[in-house]
Amino acid sequence: MTARSIPWLKFTAPPNFYVLAERLTPWLWGVAALFLVAGLYVGFFVAPPDYQQGNSYRIMFIHVPAAWMGMFLYLLMALYGAIFLIWRIKMADVMARAIAPTGALMTFLSLWTGALWGAPTWGTYWVWDARLTSTLILLFLFLGYIALHAASDDREKGGRAASLLAIIGAVNVPIIYFSVEWWYNLHQGVSVMRADGPSMAPSMLAALLLMTVAFWVYSAAIVLRRAQSETLSREARKEWAQQAACGRLTRDTRERAVAQAQQENAVSESGGQA
Amino acid sequence: MLRSLWTLIRRDVSLIVMRRQDVLTVVAFFILVITLFPLSIGPEPDKLRTLAPGGVWVAAALASLISLDRLFADDWRDGTLEQVALSPQPLAVAALAKVAAHWFSLGLPLVVLSPALGYSLGLEGAELLVLALSLLLGTPVLSLLGAVGAALTLGVRAGGALMALLILPLYAPVLILGAGAVSEAMFDSAYTAHLSLLGAMLAVAVPLVPVAIAGALRIALD
Repeated sequence: MTARSIPWLKFTAPPNFYVLAERLTPWLWGVAALFLVAGLYVGFFVAPPDYQQGNSYRIMFIHVPAAWMGMFLYLLMALYGAIFLIWRIKMADVMARAIAPTGALMTFLSLWTGALWGAPTWGTYWVWDARLTSTLILLFLFLGYIALHAASDDREKGGRAASLLAIIGAVNVPIIYFSVEWWYNLHQGVSVMRADGPSMAPSMLAALLLMTVAFWVYSAAIVLRRAQSETLSREARKEWAQQAACGRLTRDTRERAVAQAQQENAVSESGGQA
Repeated sequence: MLRSLWTLIRRDVSLIVMRRQDVLTVVAFFILVITLFPLSIGPEPDKLRTLAPGGVWVAAALASLISLDRLFADDWRDGTLEQVALSPQPLAVAALAKVAAHWFSLGLPLVVLSPALGYSLGLEGAELLVLALSLLLGTPVLSLLGAVGAALTLGVRAGGALMALLILPLYAPVLILGAGAVSEAMFDSAYTAHLSLLGAMLAVAVPLVPVAIAGALRIALD
């Protein structure tokens, strides 16, 4: 039981997690809104028009962060899945499950904005370019995860199967990232992470980074919110969850619920090893 | 361990051979999908020839997918799978044996048939050899990946359609390389790179994927 003393494991107890998320999300919403406004302002009014693409390139400020978030969220989901499979921490499954819809949304947004960007620059909404195709595949990996998680009657079992699928699919994410160099064709080359420095105007880069932070914090906020409601629905029979749903969770109830959860964990762990 | 592997392979092959119609169904499905290409695109040899590598590969992938659907289902239902999991042999080895038996009885016929079907779509000479070689290296990988899907969807509602959603995205790299090898051969350029990459995939998949299959089976058996 020494592991329980590590502070971050405190938040594997659902009531503690719930309270943490309750405290964090208002801040996250605020920060996300702030960066979004700043990023959009710099993106639309400060950044100069592109010398080739004119103003149409400005969709990049949504397209690129969405694409990054899609890939990042998939890896994060797979990581939580791995944590769930290895240490059987139920909150990890809740988090992975909460990440999936946002990740799918981000991937879809990157495809959608990419199509809108492709129309004026490439002259077509869709090409079977390696990167587009692998992003589409990433979207299907997210959908497969959600479908597999939902298909099982037993939430625990569905979570474990879906986590395994997420880990297997994570092999695909590096392929997406390196596909630009592997099967280079229509999609423009890497322009941010290059050894000789970014190949764009500083204000463009600033807008891009601001928007990336905004997307990142927005994702964190919405994921925590979804994880909160998932926690409540999983623990719907418990006293603390019923209090929390009414917004009247007291410290006393929470600590009692945590102690009870730890006791149950200890019992199930020793039972599992016998 | 090798002996139990061999026994499991023999058991599974004989089970499949006893129900020959399963093999025939998959082979017929493979041929039918390929027949759909000329029917839907038209009989012009030039068009068909450009589509041939992808066509044969897509048909092989779909045939592999539908044949894998019930790979573990029967054993799971009658309790054999539980017995295998309880045996001292690692479950991953048993999973590998099942996939191997499945591939020998249902994958190999497709590989053997593929030159004839490739010929019917207008491939010729060395291209047919490359087609068969690419399938020989690629279909075992498809079987292994598909087995993961079959194990993950054990005892799950709407298993078949769900399995396609889970597994077809994972088939993509194999399909790209396999069909790519044949296309390269059609332009007389270096197809060995594609074949080498396919071989590398197989070499990576054979030791690693059975572990994932075993993990998925354990989840289903819990």
